[in-house]
Amino acid sequence: MSLDKDTVRRVAKLARIEVAEDRLEALGQELNQIIGFVEQLDEVDTSAVEPMTSVAKQKLRWRADKVTSGGQADKVTANAPASDMNFFVVPKVVE
Amino acid sequence: MTVKSELTSLTLADARDALARGETTSVELTEAYLAAIESARSLNAFVTETPEQAIDMARASDARRAAGTVGAMEGLPLGIKDLFCTRDVLSTASSHILDGFQPPYESTVTTNLWNAGAVMLGKLNMDEFAMGSSNETSHYGPVANPWRPEGDNRTYVPGGSSGGSASSVAAEIVIAATGTDTGGSIRQPASFTGIVGAKPTYGRCSRFGVVAFASSLDQAGPMTRTVRDAAIMLGSMVGFDPMDSTSVDMPVPNFESALTGDVRGMRIGIPAEYRIDDMPEEIETLWKQGEAWLKDAGAEIVPISLPHTKYALPAYYIVAPAEASSNLARYDGMRFGLRVDGGDLTETYEKTRAAGFGAEVQRRIMIGTYVLSAGYYDAYYLKAQKVRTLIGQDFEQAFGQVDAILTPTAPSAAFAAGEKSGDPIAMYLNDVFTVPASMAGLPGISVPAGLSAEGMPLGLQILAPAFDEMTMFRVAGVLEGAAEFTARPKKWWLS
Amino acid sequence: MRDIPTNPDNLIAGETGDWEIVLGLEIHAQVTSDAKLFSGASTEFGADPNSQVSFVDAGLPGMLPTINEKCIEQAVRTGMGLNSEINLYSVFDRKNYFYPDLPQGYQISQFKQPIVGPGHVTIELSDGTSKVIGVERLHLEQDAGKSVHDQHPSMTYVDLNRCGVALMEIVSDPDMRSAEEASAYVEKVQRIVRYLGTCDGVMAEGSLRADVNVSVRRPGAELGTRCEIKNVNSMRFIRQAIEHEARRQIEILEDGGKIVQETRLYDPNKGVTRSMRSKEEAHDYRYFPDPDLLPLEMEAAYVQAIRDSLPELPDAKKARFMADYGLSEYDARTLVSDRESADYFEAVAKGRDAKLSANWVTSDLFGFLNRTGIAIAESPIAASQLGQLIDRIVDKTISGRIAKDVFEVMCETHQDPDAIIAEKGLKQVTDEGAITAVVDQVIAENPDKVADVQGGKEKLLGWFTGQVMKLSGGKANPQAVNKILRDKILGG
Repeated sequence: MSLDKDTVRRVAKLARIEVAEDRLEALGQELNQIIGFVEQLDEVDTSAVEPMTSVAKQKLRWRADKVTSGGQADKVTANAPASDMNFFVVPKVVE
Repeated sequence: MTVKSELTSLTLADARDALARGETTSVELTEAYLAAIESARSLNAFVTETPEQAIDMARASDARRAAGTVGAMEGLPLGIKDLFCTRDVLSTASSHILDGFQPPYESTVTTNLWNAGAVMLGKLNMDEFAMGSSNETSHYGPVANPWRPEGDNRTYVPGGSSGGSASSVAAEIVIAATGTDTGGSIRQPASFTGIVGAKPTYGRCSRFGVVAFASSLDQAGPMTRTVRDAAIMLGSMVGFDPMDSTSVDMPVPNFESALTGDVRGMRIGIPAEYRIDDMPEEIETLWKQGEAWLKDAGAEIVPISLPHTKYALPAYYIVAPAEASSNLARYDGMRFGLRVDGGDLTETYEKTRAAGFGAEVQRRIMIGTYVLSAGYYDAYYLKAQKVRTLIGQDFEQAFGQVDAILTPTAPSAAFAAGEKSGDPIAMYLNDVFTVPASMAGLPGISVPAGLSAEGMPLGLQILAPAFDEMTMFRVAGVLEGAAEFTARPKKWWLS
Repeated sequence: MRDIPTNPDNLIAGETGDWEIVLGLEIHAQVTSDAKLFSGASTEFGADPNSQVSFVDAGLPGMLPTINEKCIEQAVRTGMGLNSEINLYSVFDRKNYFYPDLPQGYQISQFKQPIVGPGHVTIELSDGTSKVIGVERLHLEQDAGKSVHDQHPSMTYVDLNRCGVALMEIVSDPDMRSAEEASAYVEKVQRIVRYLGTCDGVMAEGSLRADVNVSVRRPGAELGTRCEIKNVNSMRFIRQAIEHEARRQIEILEDGGKIVQETRLYDPNKGVTRSMRSKEEAHDYRYFPDPDLLPLEMEAAYVQAIRDSLPELPDAKKARFMADYGLSEYDARTLVSDRESADYFEAVAKGRDAKLSANWVTSDLFGFLNRTGIAIAESPIAASQLGQLIDRIVDKTISGRIAKDVFEVMCETHQDPDAIIAEKGLKQVTDEGAITAVVDQVIAENPDKVADVQGGKEKLLGWFTGQVMKLSGGKANPQAVNKILRDKILGG
């Protein structure tokens, strides 16, 4: 598998990272080097192997239905680049 | 009263005992460290120093002691890797994208340490989002290794990602530091700087409040000058946390009591597959030396096989970036940290993340995004998780035969800054011996064991079965005693 | 997909022939719980912006999810209400996409292994028929926050109060063929979750909303390309949106065009659907198991305990009402429309004539409640009071006619019927002597009409009854009046 320019552009878009058009080629080569490295795994026969779901061999713990948090809108928005009346303020969302 | 310059050379255990005997105070100890930090700024080990908070905490600790309340870490001044969120103190993960971020909460691990009486000196530099093996990816600049070869004035890397932690412990500007280990980020820098670094079993330390890199691998641990220090400090970091669904509800043993100095009759595994191509002679020699030390101490050396070792690193470079690509989606310029305004929402996202993340982080997000994207999931992510199962099975079988495993920590000593930064794969290979245990969630510790021909520190790694940190510490203690590693870096940064 | 025979009544006539609509629905039902799915913040509706937000909901660094047991139980209950398989092992996945109301940059959802597997519900249609609609799955996921667009000309304001509230996404099979079927399906699911207490079902507050997948095809042909209409939040809008969207697709196809698979939004003001710009991009959600959570495992005994605690559901209740009370399908359907109505009816009918009770509840009581906009749970007339009223009809204290008047007073004053009857002196006159006197008076005053009745116009007897009732102020027992009139005029 190798990442061509279009794939790199698509992946960058999915990841929401701006990549200049003239960087796509070089970035693709860097990524291909890594992808080439990880493709060593093709040598391993995993046909009868279950994927690991968690290294912690335990069951998911359930929490009681109790309200334990809230009433801290000021703290929640304290680090926001922009906020108003305890709302987060973000660039216009067009639906 | 102890002379101040001597204070910072005390181990954590010795400082604890000196405090208990009333030979010094937490304020005195803390002031000595603050002075040492100030004199060592050229190491660039700190992102944020918190001297005022440190003195306040030290005073409070001395007051507690006077009142008869003494925690396990009472009065001991620590450095905290900047991956741990600390309430109202800048917490950056060494990333530009977390500019100005002051969390309104405290991580569980640091909460535990403060509850045990410890004092915070500040936040330590690291590879950005813990992605790196040389501490060269930090937005706040590279960290220097206090060690460098005789007659060589180049800066050497301290390893990564916990480079600031390793460097500050080795330079004696903190008594100990927290680290985090995803694929070797505690153990490899410990090896590069001649200190002890322990990663407990996945699930021992809560991940709550620790900036996530790869959730299924991240685990906090202590970085200290001695194995005993690591055992003491780990005891105050671990514990069940209902806020972390992967935290394990298990009793916490007294790790320090594992240091019996006795490994007679224990079986120590030497995995054939760790003898990799191109391994430097001196690493091989040190490993053999470690074998001999343990054998002399009465342990039995057993050759073992971990057949899938070779595939741990490639599997890691699928799983870790995949999880990271998702974990790092929240850094989008909307609710905290950096925002670079674009024309519209999408451009604001893209410009913020392009400016906020460094090259290595961007590369891993892109890899992670790619391996999870439609049509590739099975070929990469699912495959890697299956290989991970096989790696876990390898260890399970091995631990049917042996009590612990001895390996080198890293395939080389610390290298000069810039030497590998142009080649991602060469950099990734630093973690070839540490990643397999990470993939299986097992505990591992790096113990300083010798010096390279150039005079740079080298570590040996002890791996133990899941939740058997007691065995890990027991063997590590014996290894440490046999190695008698007393070398210290010359304090060139003072001139 | 099941083979569903085409119903000619559902076909839409186009310029070039008939078309059939194919509909599948994704219902998002907010789980009734105190706290959110993965955080301890409150789920209450209508609080101040970001006041019900934990650091977990805000996606702050290092925050981790922990699961709320109530939400698991509610999903299982709902699954049972939808006659579905319950999966003892399920997995939470991350659905990755960027949006300002999604702080983590991913939604925790269930993709490959949902908590609830296939099931079905039966819907009832206005022509009296019913139809089985397949349910593909139900899974648990996090709700998103709310974007407010009208606070600022160039900025959007984001409130995360709703963010992280548990949602049950209920995915139907593409089994519906008309707007009526779709709304009947939503109504049925709404009824089931309300019976179970797993979702309050209030569409106006967004606690139950639907995404509608619409496609059209020639009857019996292969499925057409579908469009998804997002977040339709009332029964009326669901019907309108489907009709508008179907018409739009038919027009495109009849003009020789092609349907583009896309996400659309219904604009109720303009009565049109339009493409959602924000969803234009190809979706690639990069699902993978959430490494912060372990797989969700349930014991069979736990699931059985939930099954044992289930209330009687609408279908079973309706069947019982028809079998045990002898009610008509129509009355039974009306009475089981919500649990409170059914309970009210059963309280009234206990030890009384069931059909009479059903009539009073469905026509008089429901009529009053509908007129006044009062919910059955808040009815000012208690079931025991309506029961007492029925008792007075049966024991002939008052006539059915007077009972209507008493009921009107009950609606006004909320008094007991006995008190009203006593106060207003409405007790029926059954004393034959008193009735005979009035009858004699009416006969004496209308000799010509008496002759007409005796000449064969028996229908006129009704007129005499009316006159007697009028003179007695309605209190005379109508059966007694009839009998005496007959005796006097026709001689028995």
